[in-house]
Amino acid sequence: MSATDHSDVTRRDFLYVATGTAAVVGTAAAAWPFIDQMRPDASTLAQSSIEVEVGSLQAGSSLVVKWRGKPVFVRNRTPEEIKAAQDTPMADLKDPIARNGNLPSDAPATDVDRSAGKDKENWIVMVGVCTHLGCVPLGQQGDFGGWFCPCHGSHYDTAGRIRKGPAPMNLEVPVYSFISDTKIRIG
Amino acid sequence: MSGGHSTYTPKTGIERWIDARMPLPRLVYDSFVAFPVPRNLNYAYTFGGILAIMLVVQIITGVVLVMHYASDTSLAFVSVEKIMRDVNWGWLLRYMHANGASFFFIAVYLHIFRGLYYGSYKAPRELLWILGCIIYLLMMATGFMGYVLPWGQMSGWGATVITGFFTAIPLVGTWLQQLLLGGFSVDNPTLTHFFSLHYLLPFVIAGVVVLHVWALHVVGQTNPTGIEIKSKTDTLPFTPYATVKDAFGMIVFLAVFAYFIFYIPNYLGHPDNYTQFNSLKTPAHIVPEWYFLPFYAILRAITFNIGPIDSKLGGVLAMFGAIAVLFFVPWLDTSKVRSAVYRPWYKLFFWIFGINAVFLGWLGSKPAEGWYIPAMQASTLYYFAFFLVIMPLLGLFETPKQLPNSITEAVLAKNKGAHAHPAGATAAPETKG
Ligand code: HEM
Ligand code: FES
Repeated sequence: MSATDHSDVTRRDFLYVATGTAAVVGTAAAAWPFIDQMRPDASTLAQSSIEVEVGSLQAGSSLVVKWRGKPVFVRNRTPEEIKAAQDTPMADLKDPIARNGNLPSDAPATDVDRSAGKDKENWIVMVGVCTHLGCVPLGQQGDFGGWFCPCHGSHYDTAGRIRKGPAPMNLEVPVYSFISDTKIRIG
Repeated sequence: MSGGHSTYTPKTGIERWIDARMPLPRLVYDSFVAFPVPRNLNYAYTFGGILAIMLVVQIITGVVLVMHYASDTSLAFVSVEKIMRDVNWGWLLRYMHANGASFFFIAVYLHIFRGLYYGSYKAPRELLWILGCIIYLLMMATGFMGYVLPWGQMSGWGATVITGFFTAIPLVGTWLQQLLLGGFSVDNPTLTHFFSLHYLLPFVIAGVVVLHVWALHVVGQTNPTGIEIKSKTDTLPFTPYATVKDAFGMIVFLAVFAYFIFYIPNYLGHPDNYTQFNSLKTPAHIVPEWYFLPFYAILRAITFNIGPIDSKLGGVLAMFGAIAVLFFVPWLDTSKVRSAVYRPWYKLFFWIFGINAVFLGWLGSKPAEGWYIPAMQASTLYYFAFFLVIMPLLGLFETPKQLPNSITEAVLAKNKGAHAHPAGATAAPETKG
């Protein structure tokens, strides 16, 4: 008698738990499309790369191009700017990592690793989005003659490295390459 | 609801017929006609009704604005300009909606300060208070998303900075930010997301307001003495007494609202928002709407790392913490006495808190440089100390004043005071010219 009672209870328990689990998993599965639809869609994700003509940029001038909806700064730096960045001791840097998409993720934030590389040190290409909360910094301003973000006062140096203010990281260097002497491809 | 026994008696046949099937008239009668309110309520208690009116104003003006607004980045800015210039009465409807948001916040801030002053959050009103905090949070989300819709420079850059808060959260932050933006930066999907949610949230607010009023009608209103209702002489029926007082408060409030709409409609706005959003150029000085300024100051006060928390995450945590702390106020205040009227020290710290909050707002409108930064830090410190240190400790150390035995006694004592000085309140009618 008691044995049958027991098996009845466990069977009912099993059904309760199974139904409950199916309901929870089912609800979660049904909810997912409603959340996931908000994420970047296929057309946004089809991140085409762009090609930029930079031959006309004299030393000391920059241009801003739009890539994946964000501004990208391309600057042909003056020798003084390069020297100022090269002379900065690594100990003065708030963020010691290069944040260069073309280099290993632990590459140090030396001037050459921030720039287009050996013999192309004059070129610097960076995503123009402040690493604090996303404003676009202004060029050739601020305490270090590099970039200055007006939103909450972040100062970047001539290599786009964060030196002062609330931003935690150096400006991001996107994946890019020179496809000819005067043309770069970003992305 | 459960404010005692129902005193509704249907008079006509049709009322009896409805009452037996769905007693909605009974609910309305018991909640807004016969409902007993303390007889000593002052004008600080009229902001609840004012808030209800403002929510209705926002919903009605919003629904008609949607008839002309286009949520597409290439059209949004122009469609708002069209509302301003071409749509019949469009300027009025938009100015009502834009200023209405500000006045909604003025009312909610006064309502919250009323609660802090009279200890309205204390047992048994904790849930009532928490529901209010939820409404306030939803209002902030709605106001923020609405401000993005006209697609001006402040819209776009405000959205950039505020969604940027999420990137400070470890691990899931960037994922969340992209969920909100629908991309990697503020763009068309951001606008359509926000438009949809901006339409939805006010109705969610309306739902929470129903819960808020329900909870209110279970526990009853507080009053300036902070003593619970003890006998029938402590109360008056809601109608006509509270209805008329609330109506008078609303008229005065709406008159000021009208002054803003007709004479200084852009005073609370920002001129940069009449320039279309440019995703490559940030304005020199970006500020959120005025009602977020105190929190904006708190965000920027954290310029230093705290252990493993960098300044960016620290700022975001402090800002959200400043709102989150409100939810815990019922348990942070340890005093047995409810109203500041009988708490001399609490009263002092309360007023300093009020002034400090306004000062934080002013600092929020200033750039993060020079002496503003230490001022923001000191003000932020007081903001948190008020809740986390002063509130818990005062309850233990403060000697409150003698409380009256009942609301009736307090009212009679006040009137006696007036009789003792015939030149005072009672004599006023004759001296009016
Ligand atoms: C809690 C209530 C609400 C608040 C606090 C609120 C707040 C705001 C704010 C601050 C703006 C920006 C105004 C400007 O500067 O131009 C706005 C715009 C807008 N809102 Fe609302 N809103 C509310 C309810 C609604 C509702 C219920 C709807 C629709 C059914 C709506 C539709 C719109 C539309 C279409 C705009 C864009 C037009 C414009 O910018 O004037 N709002 N809202
Ligand atoms: S977004 Fe640049 S300093 Fe905050």
